[in-house]
Amino acid sequence: MAELRVNPTKMELKKLQLRYNTARRGHKLLKDKRDELMRQFIEVVREYKLLRTRVEEAFGGVYESFSAAEALTGSKMLQEALILPKKEGTLHVDYRDIMSVTVPVFNFDLMGENGAESYNYGFAFTSGELDSSLAKLSGVLKDMVMLAQYEKTAQMLAEEIERTRRRVNALEYIMMPRYLEAIRRIKTKLEENERGNITRLMKVKDIMLEKRYGQNDAEQ
Amino acid sequence: MYRICIIGDRDSVIGFMALGFSVYEADDSSAAGEILKTLAKDKENAVIFIVENYAVELRELIDKYKDLPLPAIVPVPGKDGSSGYGMENIRRATERAVGADILFKDKN
Repeated sequence: MAELRVNPTKMELKKLQLRYNTARRGHKLLKDKRDELMRQFIEVVREYKLLRTRVEEAFGGVYESFSAAEALTGSKMLQEALILPKKEGTLHVDYRDIMSVTVPVFNFDLMGENGAESYNYGFAFTSGELDSSLAKLSGVLKDMVMLAQYEKTAQMLAEEIERTRRRVNALEYIMMPRYLEAIRRIKTKLEENERGNITRLMKVKDIMLEKRYGQNDAEQ
Repeated sequence: MYRICIIGDRDSVIGFMALGFSVYEADDSSAAGEILKTLAKDKENAVIFIVENYAVELRELIDKYKDLPLPAIVPVPGKDGSSGYGMENIRRATERAVGADILFKDKN
């Protein structure tokens, strides 16, 4: 592991200790954030799975009745019938904040001229199959929009979780050990210096004593 | 005003015309890709549904928009039925987030 190169001084030691404490606090916070994100994510994914299954099932039915409608009506006629929508879907997008991840919230309203059940074609040239397949499709619309919302939310949460996880790991396995190591090194170095200093003082004291009482000392 | 778009082959998407979606027909996945790129530039296209068999081939392009709030690009089954690609997508997201596939392992 690359070690932190610092001068073994008290100043540096204090600085490092401060940084280590910050790192530890940050680590704890990020870990909490990650756990909460994960909880939210799992909830979203559960919901998504349910929606997805429902939509996919519904789609199967829709296509089936559509091809029946096309066979009965003729493809040209079908296109003509559908091309001018009487219904207008309005989509509103809001944003929601999940642990500071901004995710979109979709609100979808389907409005027709005469309420939601109006059809945009005359009944004379189209078959009843078309009516029923469109009804089925309208039924699945809300779910589709919800599906889009959940999918987006899941993806954005996944991204954020990944990033947070990396940060947590970087702090836990790289930054914090590095600081600890540097702190330990400075401490040993300082102690070493201290011991050197004490021996030096003792030595100096001996020399001074020898100078002043040199002879007496020797005699004693 | 936000729009909902759908890209796919004619037979798969025609029904959505009646529901006020912006429908874009594409004959193959590269055409669909071009349409998708243009649509994604406009922030009003909030939700873009794309038929699964095209989505599979356009995975890289779609992944680019993954981390932006808008647009939400969602694969939907086409007239040939579901290939499970949509689920696969969310499974990959789970793997990315958790590091392991914890939610779907019972199925595979």
